[in-house]
Amino acid sequence: MSAVLAEMPESVAPATTKAIAPSKGGRPWTFYVLASLFAFYVIALYGPMFCIYILSFQDIRGGLVFPMKGHSLHWFVDLFTQVRTGDVKGSFDRSIKLAVIVTIVTVVVSFLAGLGFRKRFRGDTFVFYMMIGSLVAPGLVLGLGIGLLFQALGLNASWYTSALGAQLSWTLPFGVLVMFAVMSRFNHVWEEAAYDLGASRWQSIRLVMIPVLAPGLVAVALFGFTLSYDEFARSLQTAGSLNTLPLEIWSMTLNVTSPSLYALGTVTTIVSFVVIGASLGTIVLIQKKRGSRAKGHA
Amino acid sequence: MQSSQTPPRVNLAGWLYVSPLVLVLVPFFVAPILVVLAASFFATDGFGGLTPGFTLASYVEVLHSALTLKLYLATIKFTVLTWIFTLIIGFFVAYFLVFHVRNQLLAIGLFLLCTVPFWTSNIIRMISWIPLLGKEGLINQALLAMGVTRQPLEVLLFSDLAVVIAYVHQLTIFMIVPIFNSMARIDKKLIEAAIDAGASRFDIMRLIVVPMSKSGIALGTIFVVSIVMGDFFVVKVMSGGGSASVVSAFYEDVGVLQYPTAAASAVLLTLVLVAIVSLILRTVDIRQEITR
Repeated sequence: MSAVLAEMPESVAPATTKAIAPSKGGRPWTFYVLASLFAFYVIALYGPMFCIYILSFQDIRGGLVFPMKGHSLHWFVDLFTQVRTGDVKGSFDRSIKLAVIVTIVTVVVSFLAGLGFRKRFRGDTFVFYMMIGSLVAPGLVLGLGIGLLFQALGLNASWYTSALGAQLSWTLPFGVLVMFAVMSRFNHVWEEAAYDLGASRWQSIRLVMIPVLAPGLVAVALFGFTLSYDEFARSLQTAGSLNTLPLEIWSMTLNVTSPSLYALGTVTTIVSFVVIGASLGTIVLIQKKRGSRAKGHA
Repeated sequence: MQSSQTPPRVNLAGWLYVSPLVLVLVPFFVAPILVVLAASFFATDGFGGLTPGFTLASYVEVLHSALTLKLYLATIKFTVLTWIFTLIIGFFVAYFLVFHVRNQLLAIGLFLLCTVPFWTSNIIRMISWIPLLGKEGLINQALLAMGVTRQPLEVLLFSDLAVVIAYVHQLTIFMIVPIFNSMARIDKKLIEAAIDAGASRFDIMRLIVVPMSKSGIALGTIFVVSIVMGDFFVVKVMSGGGSASVVSAFYEDVGVLQYPTAAASAVLLTLVLVAIVSLILRTVDIRQEITR
């Protein structure tokens, strides 16, 4: 059916007129219904979070609910200095390091797997389903398995061995699935052209594929970073004696009933935004560089 | 996925490329699952020590316990409710962005707006409902001020309702992203042609949009179902300890070092999940859809 449509002359089905939401003129009633639904969704999505950001700036009399009592940075100072709130600084440090390692490994391994899955090979379905299995396995169950495995092998669980592996078993399937989507838009002709011009396989990867796929690779990196930075269930049994940040937050939700908890939420959100900002900046920079180079060649 | 006609050949390069992936998944997914499977057949001294052997005692215990059925019913209730709400909201949000927002750039901007909260910790997002739903929270304050209720509603927080709200808040994005992806690839000319042929709005939805979004729906469903069924901390915190799920019971077992029972219930849960996911994969070949 779509093949028939593709051959239709443009005048029969002008692509500019959208049937359901015409690009000009009045909107159908569904537009208003769906726009309201969308607005409601966004408010419900952000509303609660803005509440805790605001509440984290209360002064020392502050509580967990509105009304807001004064304003100060008291709870942020409390977060990083008080012993009773736990080792926030140390766990924060570990989480960032872990997330960086996970990100690098995820990008490299997902990229290679993406290349591998472009052509069928014997056993590819098996590898694919192993990946899906790893994605859907309950995190706590997998964490227990890795914990028991390390115990049986006489190894100590720690954030940079067992927890790293546990997190990768979750970030890699996500990374490879994103790579599938990215690779499906890659035009094989460019690669063929590189070979015709005498490029080696490595040169074609380095000079053609990586630059073209760079935005997709940044997307994989972002996935890896946030999934790791926020990973909880898989780390619970595998992090060993030193906590990662989500584990620290978890124990705080059980013990701490002060706006310190909200301050932590505000801080982690700011860190996330810095990371996204830097990544998006990288994409824009790469695009710009490529744009100016293309102009130079023209 | 160039050729589905030619049978797969031994392709050394292919294996070389996926070998790092396999080298991570074997020790950190396959082996641990096998360890859990083995542990479910072991005996225990009750203090965390495991005696290698083969006994079905743990399975008998888990399957005979009346609690197991209750836990599964509770978990399935949360899963189905969350799935329905995330699917409805996710589908229509994606539909709105793809078919109703005229400016492409605006659509992408609004899409990113939906993904931003994903960058904040799950646990933080969950506790952010406390200032709203709590006994002295904003919603109760508003209801009291308007005179709708005389006493603060306690059902809002630490209840099954709060659990479902928290799940929907966290997981709708897992529906929006894949459904948006597959909808964005629907050729608008197809819908144009359907209208010219006299199709109603409902026909277009039933015959074009839903069938062509089904890979996204399937992928979103897999994410949502497996996350809800494998979760325990939302249930634990948002129900205030009043409700339990399969995994929260498993967590309690691990806490008191009852590894074999925990392992047996884990194996059971994994089997249920595998059954659900393979049922979904049977109806939709997501691999074909993703790489198309």
